[in-house]
Amino acid sequence: MADNNQTSRKEYWRANLRLMLVLLSIWFVISYLCGILFVEELNTIRLGGYKLGFWFAQQGSMYGFVIIVFVYARKMAALDRKFEVND
Amino acid sequence: MELQTLTYIVVGMTFAVYIGIAFWARAGSTSEFYVAGGGIHPIANGMATAADWMSAASFISMAGLIAFYGYGGSVFLMGWTGGYVLLAMLLAPYLRKHGKFTVPEFIGDRYYSKVARIVAVICLIVASVTYVIGQMKGIGVAFSRFLEVSYEMGLLVGMAIVFVYAVVGGMKGITYTQIAQYCVLICAYTIPAVFISLNLTGNPVPQLGLGSMLTGTETYLLDRLDQVVTELGFAEYTTQARLSTLNTFVYTLSLMIGTAGLPHVIIRFFTVSKVSDARVSAGWALVFISILYTTAPAVAAMARLNLHETIQPQNAENLAYAERPAWFKNWEKTGLLVFKDKNNDGLISYTADPDTNEMVKVDRDIMVLANPEVARLPNWVIALVAAGGLAAALSTAAGLLLAIASAISHDLLKGVIRPDITEKQELTASRFAMAGAIALAGYLGFNPPDFAAGTVALAFGLAASSIFPALMMGIFSKRINKEGAIAGMIAGLTVTLLYVFQHKGVMFIASTSYLGDMRPNWFMGIEPNAFGAVGAAINFIVAFAVSMATKAPPEHIQHMVENIRIPAGASTAQSH
Repeated sequence: MADNNQTSRKEYWRANLRLMLVLLSIWFVISYLCGILFVEELNTIRLGGYKLGFWFAQQGSMYGFVIIVFVYARKMAALDRKFEVND
Repeated sequence: MELQTLTYIVVGMTFAVYIGIAFWARAGSTSEFYVAGGGIHPIANGMATAADWMSAASFISMAGLIAFYGYGGSVFLMGWTGGYVLLAMLLAPYLRKHGKFTVPEFIGDRYYSKVARIVAVICLIVASVTYVIGQMKGIGVAFSRFLEVSYEMGLLVGMAIVFVYAVVGGMKGITYTQIAQYCVLICAYTIPAVFISLNLTGNPVPQLGLGSMLTGTETYLLDRLDQVVTELGFAEYTTQARLSTLNTFVYTLSLMIGTAGLPHVIIRFFTVSKVSDARVSAGWALVFISILYTTAPAVAAMARLNLHETIQPQNAENLAYAERPAWFKNWEKTGLLVFKDKNNDGLISYTADPDTNEMVKVDRDIMVLANPEVARLPNWVIALVAAGGLAAALSTAAGLLLAIASAISHDLLKGVIRPDITEKQELTASRFAMAGAIALAGYLGFNPPDFAAGTVALAFGLAASSIFPALMMGIFSKRINKEGAIAGMIAGLTVTLLYVFQHKGVMFIASTSYLGDMRPNWFMGIEPNAFGAVGAAINFIVAFAVSMATKAPPEHIQHMVENIRIPAGASTAQSH
């Protein structure tokens, strides 16, 4: 039983790390790639009055961050229930 | 009604509410003083976190910085919000699970060492004190302008209010007050923005207005702004770079990990009752923060456009100095706006060329505060902005002072020096620690190192280079041991501090910069404010290397790490 518990805890932690990795990649793409490194390329595209790179740097990245945090909270709550480790 | 009277009434009313709440919810136990007794609702905690987080720098300085840096100001927007993603995933839930009062306490437990705890206290105090200076400057600016007293007098009044407020309230009082302060500051920020956006573009949502066409024209606002500033010789607003791309990248990273490592933000997550609440609460905090942060770029661009078009109207002569509007005169009195008629024509000329530019000083910090007046909004809006700026500075100052006071009274006094003191004695000690911190911050406020946001940015470098890596490695690695963590923190902090003091002066007193500010010698062109990420990298490397060379942490510590990774079994934060 204790061993079982250990394995399931390890799996829970691995699932957490996987989810984190995916979400942190998105975090990196919308801010560091779209907002900084590739900003000039994206600026050739328009979003209304915004240049797209400028929009990512001053608007889009922040909307993305909010979504990422809520997705994480939601998916983790599901993982907590699945592995029965919720508090 | 007279603006002055109206401002006194609005500011006075908000102060009465804060002090009322602080007394109503005053702390009676150490648990209430340090973590509000636990059990704050995640949305309420998110709102309090947002007020705690959004400082004088966010409210007063940030839009001003963006207004003059254009695209280059994006580092503050991304840096100060992106850190919440790291906080929500890498730190908050696990630290909440551990269930203690302070950040150094976690470090002391995880690295089974009083020395580690003391090093963490020092890092915390250095970062928080640096940060508090920015709040003091913000309070001084807001008071000096709106209550028409000198900067120094404003600072003194501000210190007195923070004193009453933070010493009585503790975390419980501070939490409820911060919720009220969030409401004041967000209204104060968004209402003028909505009006200005409506005036300029006809769209009431500033975030959309910024991407819209100017009323009655076929020109987009941002295109028009680019055109106006480039005609005067300034860099194009939407592409204006601040230093190198590498510096922008590193600066943003420093602000993000610094945000996640700031103790006064982290301890806010000790006040919710469950691990899952800590995750959700981080999301709500980010929502409340983003409302202001996505409005700021609109405020910045619109303020810049209004400023230029007031001074140099299209198809007309420049504004005559004799006919300058009231806001211009008011800001001249504070010395933050200075005009010098170089060609003696009585007209104001504002250009990028230092030889012909007659607006010799336009302090960036005044942009948000002057904005409603420049846009000719009604007096009550201007009074509200004053109250909002003060709410932002006060709420952050209170949060920081609590972090400092709890580090001194709980970690140093109770944890190390006199473990036998009673709870009541500890509570008294924490109030004295807070008073001392206010006095120190006030002294440094009289000798401010840089404009407010710049000062704050330094604190982030320090939090990033010392606290964040120690916390993250403590959770995600079972192998990092006491020796590694201590060496890493000291290395990260030392490198960052030496780099900053080298360029900015010891404790920011400019004359003590030992080798002079050597911009050409900046390491890979990275400015001192952006150096935290480099310090953090050094911390990670040193901690890893030293840990590998010494023996693994004891068994029970490895169990403890496994335990904090699992939400089950969390209890309310407590002292032992």
